[in-house]
Amino acid sequence: MKASVIVFPGSNCDRDIQVALEKFQIATTMVWHQETELPKSDLVVLPGGFSYGDYLRCGSMASKSKIMKEVIQYAGTGGYVFGICNGFQILTEAGLLPGALLRNNKLKFICKDVQIKTINNQTAFTKKLSEHKILTVPIAHNDGNFFASKEEIQSLKDNNQIVFQYCDKEGNISGESNPNGSFLNIAGIVNKNKNVLGMMPHPERVIDQLLGGTDGQEIFRSLL
Amino acid sequence: MEQTTVDQAKQLGLTESEFDKIKELIGRIPNFTELGIFSAMWNEHCSYKSSRVWLSKLPTKNKYVVQGPGENAGVIDIGDDDVAIFKIESHNHPSYIEPYQGAATGVGGILRDVFTMGARPIANLNSIRFGKPEHPKTKHLLNGVVSGIAGYGNCMGIPTVGGEVEFDECYDGNILVNAMNIGLAKKNKVFLSIASGVGNPVIYVGSKTGRDGIHGASMASQEFDDNSEAKKPTVQVGDPFAEKLLLEACLELMKTDTIISIQDMGAAGLTSSSVEMASKGKLGIEIDLNKVPCRETEMQPFELMLSESQERMLIVLKEGKEKEAEKIFKKWDLDFSVIGKMTNSKNLVLHFNKEVVCDIPISSLADEAPKYNREWISTPLPEEINIDKKLNDLDIKDCLIKLLTHPNQSNKSWVWEQYDHMVMGDTIQKPGGDAAVVRVHGTNKAIAATVDCTPRYCFAHPHTGGMQAVCETYRNLSAVGAEPRAITNCLNFGNPEKKEIMGQFVEVIKGMSEACLALDYPVISGNVSLYNETNGIGIKPTPTIGGVGLIQDSNKSTTISIKATGNLLLIIGETKGHIHQSALCYDILHIKKGPPPTINLAEEKKNSLFVRNLINKKIAQSVHDISDGGIALTIAEMCMSGKIGANITTNLIDAERIKFLFGEDQARYVVEVRSADYDNVVKLAKEQEVSLLQIGSTKAENLTIDDMKITVEDMLTLNNKWFHNYNSN
Repeated sequence: MKASVIVFPGSNCDRDIQVALEKFQIATTMVWHQETELPKSDLVVLPGGFSYGDYLRCGSMASKSKIMKEVIQYAGTGGYVFGICNGFQILTEAGLLPGALLRNNKLKFICKDVQIKTINNQTAFTKKLSEHKILTVPIAHNDGNFFASKEEIQSLKDNNQIVFQYCDKEGNISGESNPNGSFLNIAGIVNKNKNVLGMMPHPERVIDQLLGGTDGQEIFRSLL
Repeated sequence: MEQTTVDQAKQLGLTESEFDKIKELIGRIPNFTELGIFSAMWNEHCSYKSSRVWLSKLPTKNKYVVQGPGENAGVIDIGDDDVAIFKIESHNHPSYIEPYQGAATGVGGILRDVFTMGARPIANLNSIRFGKPEHPKTKHLLNGVVSGIAGYGNCMGIPTVGGEVEFDECYDGNILVNAMNIGLAKKNKVFLSIASGVGNPVIYVGSKTGRDGIHGASMASQEFDDNSEAKKPTVQVGDPFAEKLLLEACLELMKTDTIISIQDMGAAGLTSSSVEMASKGKLGIEIDLNKVPCRETEMQPFELMLSESQERMLIVLKEGKEKEAEKIFKKWDLDFSVIGKMTNSKNLVLHFNKEVVCDIPISSLADEAPKYNREWISTPLPEEINIDKKLNDLDIKDCLIKLLTHPNQSNKSWVWEQYDHMVMGDTIQKPGGDAAVVRVHGTNKAIAATVDCTPRYCFAHPHTGGMQAVCETYRNLSAVGAEPRAITNCLNFGNPEKKEIMGQFVEVIKGMSEACLALDYPVISGNVSLYNETNGIGIKPTPTIGGVGLIQDSNKSTTISIKATGNLLLIIGETKGHIHQSALCYDILHIKKGPPPTINLAEEKKNSLFVRNLINKKIAQSVHDISDGGIALTIAEMCMSGKIGANITTNLIDAERIKFLFGEDQARYVVEVRSADYDNVVKLAKEQEVSLLQIGSTKAENLTIDDMKITVEDMLTLNNKWFHNYNSN
C-alpha cells in the first residue's frame, strides 16, 4: 500500500503521520505543495499544522494551492483522502467536505486527550473499529469548532456521514464532553461517497504506549 | 557628517563618561548612526557590563560539555554522536508592555538561538511569573503571555513540554517571561558564529526589516515608570510561519557545504549579529545598507541597524556558494540578499546611498565595551523565629486545602493545555510531572528537562537561593530517572546600580557556582535580565535554572503518579521540619521571615544517585521530589496524578507535626515501592548511607494523614478549580 503525505510549508505533523503510516507498513511519499502531480497512491493524507501560517481562515490558502487541484481531482475519482486537524480544515475549505471549522468556543488553543465515539464503522478508515467504539485520542487545535447549515447537518445524518463524535469516558455525547463547541459534538465526518475523511483529533499521536496510548492504531489498521 | 552631543547620547541610554569613552576609542565625535550602534552594543542587555565580572566565576565545563557560554546556545554530548543544544532567555520587559507579542517573540528568539547552531528544536519550556492575581493587570498579562507562547510554539510545531507559573506581588510591575528551548544535532554538524575568510560574502536571509523593535535591547536595560506603556513601539511583532520557513531553510542549507558561520538577528538586530560574528573572527565587516530587504520605505541607517524585526539571520558563506544557498531560500519564499563581505580592516563599515555612514573599530563595540565592577553588599542569613504557637493551632486538612487551592500550587493544566505538548511525536512525559521527558527521535534514549527557581528563598538569602535553584532542577531530573548533565540560566534581578540588588546577584552566582561544582552540573548558556524594577521597586532575585539530563533507556523512567494500591511510600533524605520560607508559611500564613532551608550538596548528590538507581532497577514505581508544600503536598500530588490514595502516619502532634508535613527540607524525594522490594531498598539505603523513612502505604480513594481524611476526588476538584475560576470571569 502506498500513501502520499502532502507537505505545506507550515505543515508540522507531516513527520508524525509518516512515522505512523510506516509503523503499519504503508509506504509513504512526501509531496511538496508546489508539485503539480500526485504520485500513484492508494491514500492521500493532509497532515496537521498551519499550512501557510493560517493567518487567514485556517486552510483557506492551502485549499487553493497547486497540489490541492490534484487532490480534489483524485478524490473525485474515488481516491481515499484523509485529513487530520489542519487537513480537515483544508478539506472543508476545498469543498471536499461540508461545513466549516470555527474558532473553539472558549477562544483558546486546546491540546489534551479527549474521548470520541465511533458512529460509523463502515468506512474504509474505520472498518476495524467495533460499533460505537470509544477511543481516547488527543486534540490540538485553535479552530476545531465544527459548524454546518441545517441542510448540511440533515444530509450528514441522512447519509451516515458522521464518523466520530466527542463523548465522555462512558460514551455519553453531551455538552460537558464537547471540548470546542462543535455542532452535535462532531469530531470527524466523511463525504457522501465515504472516500474522504476529515477529523480534528490526532490518531497518529496514539500509536505507542510509551507516548500515552494506542487507540489510534485501529484507524491505521483499517486503512490497510 | 553630522556630529552628536552628550544629550543625544543620554537619550540613547549612554552615560556622559561612556560618551567620552566612545570619543576616545574612535578618536572623534561619532555621528548619529554610530552613536546608535554604540548605545545598542553597550547597553546592559548586550554588553553584560554589570554582570560579566561575576558570570565568569560560574563553572562551565564537565566531560559532556561540547560548547559552553559565548555562543548562541550551549552544547552537550548525549552519546552516539548526538548533541543537545539549549538555552534559556528572558523577554520580560516587552512581555509586560505587550504580553502576546512579547512572549511570542521570546519563544521565537530562543528557537533561533538553537537552530542557528544547526539543531532541530525538539522541546520548549518556559518560566513565567506574574504579580498578585488581584492586581488589575495580572489576568490580562497571564492570558496574553500564555496565548503568545502557545501561538508561536504551536505554529512552529515544536512541543512546549514543561515550565513553571508563579504569582507574587513583587512581579506586579515587572512580569518575568523566560523561554527555554532544546534542540538536537549531530556532533560534527554544530554551527558557530565565528566568521572567517576575508572576502567571504555576508548574507541576509529571512523576513524583511521594518521599524519594529528599535531600541528593544535598550528598553530591556532600563527601569520602568508610569509611562512604560509608551514603549509599545519598541516591542517586536512575531510571525511564527516565517520562522518555520526560516528553520526549514536553514536546516536545509546546513546540509550543504556552504556555511562559514551563522548568527540570528536578535537583540540589537543587524548591529549585534554583524559585530559579534566579526569580533569572534577578529575581522572587519562591510555592509551596504541599501541591500537590506525593507518592509517600509525610506528607512535610515540608524533604523536599519537597530531594528529588531524578527525571523532574520545573518550568514557568512563560502565564496561562490551564493547561488546554491539562494536556491534554498527561494524555495521557502524567504528574502535572500548579499549585503556585504568580511574584510581585514577590523572595522564595521556601513555604506548607504553611496556614502560611508559608519566606520568604527569592531573592538570598540565588543571587547572594549564598558565593564563595571559594581558595589555590592551581602544579605545576611535571617535568624530563625519561633512560630510554634501559630503552628500548634493549625489543622492539617485546612492547611492542605489552602495549599491545593492556592494559585501557586493549583493544577496548571489551564496553562499547558494551551500549548501543543505532543507534536513531533516523542513526548513521553507531558507537563505536570517533575520534569518533561522527550525521546530522541528514532532512538530509545530521551532528554529530560525542567525549569525552576524559588524566589522567596533567593530573597531571604540569595546565596542559599542560588544553590537551591540549581539543586531543585537536579532533583527534578533525578526524579524521572535522568542523569543531570548541564544547566542554562536566566538571571532576573532588579537595578544593579543599587548595592543590595548587586549583592543579591553576586551571592546568587556564588551559591549557584558552589552547587554546579559539587554536582558536576555546569552552566553552558544563559542570559541576564537586570533593571526589573518599576518606580524603584525591584523584583525578588529570580535566577531561573533550566536543567537538562539524559535517560539512556526510555523504558526506565518514572512519573509522579502512584501506580497501585498496597505499595509502600518512602521518604528519601532527612526530614528536619524546616518550616521558615515554606509555601505554607509564605503563601498561606503570610509569615515571610526566617531563613530558607539549608542545602547540603553532598546529600543532594547521594540521594539523587540512590533514587536514580531505584528507577533504573525498576524498583521505584513512582517518584516525586519534595519541594513546595513539603511531604503533605508532595504525596497529595502523587495521589491526584495516579488517582489512588495513601495512608500516612506521623506519630507526631501539634507544631512538630505541621513542620514534619509541610516543612521544606531539601534533597528529599517520596518513592513508591512494592512491599516485596522493601527489605532490599532498606539494605541499599544502609549501604549508601541514605536516610530512608517508611511513612505509609498506598490505598484506594482516600488520603489519610493520622486522623485526617480527604478523598482523592475532592483533592482533584479543589486543585483544578483556581485557574478555571480566575479566567472564566
